[in-house]
Amino acid sequence: MSDIKPRDAAAVAAAYEAEAADVHGDVSVDELALSAELTGADASATASDDVAAYALRLGDDALILSQRLGWWISRAPELEEDMALGNIALDLLGHARSLLHYAGTASGRSEDDLAYWRDEHEFRCAWLFEQPNGDFAHTIARGLIAATWMQELYTALSQSTDATLAAIAAKAVKEVAYHRDHAVQWTLRLAGGTDESRRRMLVALADLWPYTDELFRDDALHDRLEGVAPRPSSLRAGFDEVWDAVLAEAGIVESDFVHPRIGQSSGGGRHGNHSTHLGPMLAEMQVLARRHPGATW
Amino acid sequence: MERARRVAAAVVDPEVPVLTIEDLGVLRDVRLDGETVVVTLTPTYSGCPAIDQMRDDVLLALTAEGFRHVRVDFTLSPAWTTDWMSDAGKAKLEEYGIAPPTHRAGERSGPIPLSLGVKCPRCGSLRTREVSRFGSTACKSHFECLACLEPFDHFKVH
Repeated sequence: MSDIKPRDAAAVAAAYEAEAADVHGDVSVDELALSAELTGADASATASDDVAAYALRLGDDALILSQRLGWWISRAPELEEDMALGNIALDLLGHARSLLHYAGTASGRSEDDLAYWRDEHEFRCAWLFEQPNGDFAHTIARGLIAATWMQELYTALSQSTDATLAAIAAKAVKEVAYHRDHAVQWTLRLAGGTDESRRRMLVALADLWPYTDELFRDDALHDRLEGVAPRPSSLRAGFDEVWDAVLAEAGIVESDFVHPRIGQSSGGGRHGNHSTHLGPMLAEMQVLARRHPGATW
Repeated sequence: MERARRVAAAVVDPEVPVLTIEDLGVLRDVRLDGETVVVTLTPTYSGCPAIDQMRDDVLLALTAEGFRHVRVDFTLSPAWTTDWMSDAGKAKLEEYGIAPPTHRAGERSGPIPLSLGVKCPRCGSLRTREVSRFGSTACKSHFECLACLEPFDHFKVH
């Protein structure tokens, strides 16, 4: 405002008005290019519309779970878990960046365009990932289902005929294996700990289990991506094998947490129909980028 | 060309400054594309934030050595593994106080994790305990030595 001459009353009035309208008048935002994005095997690869739609689903799963897990930093039961959940979130964010970058090549959008400038109905994550953190047991139960599924998924996807998806998956599978170890260890510890820890673990499994089936549902997109993307239903047997082994080790049987009258969720996340939990989370995730487009620090 | 490779290979990891990006296995290729030196890096973990710093450091190091056209590309394939870490790198890590990867990254046997003994980089004892499977960076876990009681980082097998 210093370049406004005092006697230019109209300009001063206009300047005050502009300043009043912009309550963050002293924040300057540089329109800098964002840092170069990490890419897959071939940096120049462009996804077809179908491949982009598929990458968007997986990218959204990773992004939304990453954002959820980030909440735990400074709030986890112990410092080591702050670091563990933060590290898992960081790996997932890396997967999200690669997948969303690739998805964006089909429409000329960047990973940030996709993360920050889509609205709730444009997200394609499954309902599991947007479920609230709950207590620590809920976060572990969600993580166990997620990582067990992701390990099956990325193992199969690393054989994709699409070189970029195969490269992203081959890298991710090693990381989600470690996430699964983390979830398995805590599941065993909570289930075999005190009466209270076991009770909470079972409540958490009961609450999260209904969001499992959505991960394994085939649809028309998978028909069109034969060889590129594994059919979700084909991942079920591998998932069940690991799941059963973990439950057996934890001394849990299905009737401990599967309620006979509560079925599997219809979960429309792959088509943009979300639970009530996603919207508020996106509001928090996106507000800064939308209020200050291009902001960097 | 050989000089460009030497300069790029001498850039150190910002998180573990005793290791060069070559020791770490992050430096994948240095080649000439016309007049441009093209350096290819691969991130350790998908979300590793140090990769941006490594790119900047490579650009700065080569520019300071007089290379006028430098580009840094990233690749994810083949996926980085601690098997690429040089023996010199492992020795430097241990000397620095970080226990190096204990074995080669192999096939995982089953869903129930098993852990192997990690040697304390300070006193050499194998009586150590994993405090946390996740450490100060994505590539490390946190241990303590039951013999000398010192805490230490372990570079995870990956």
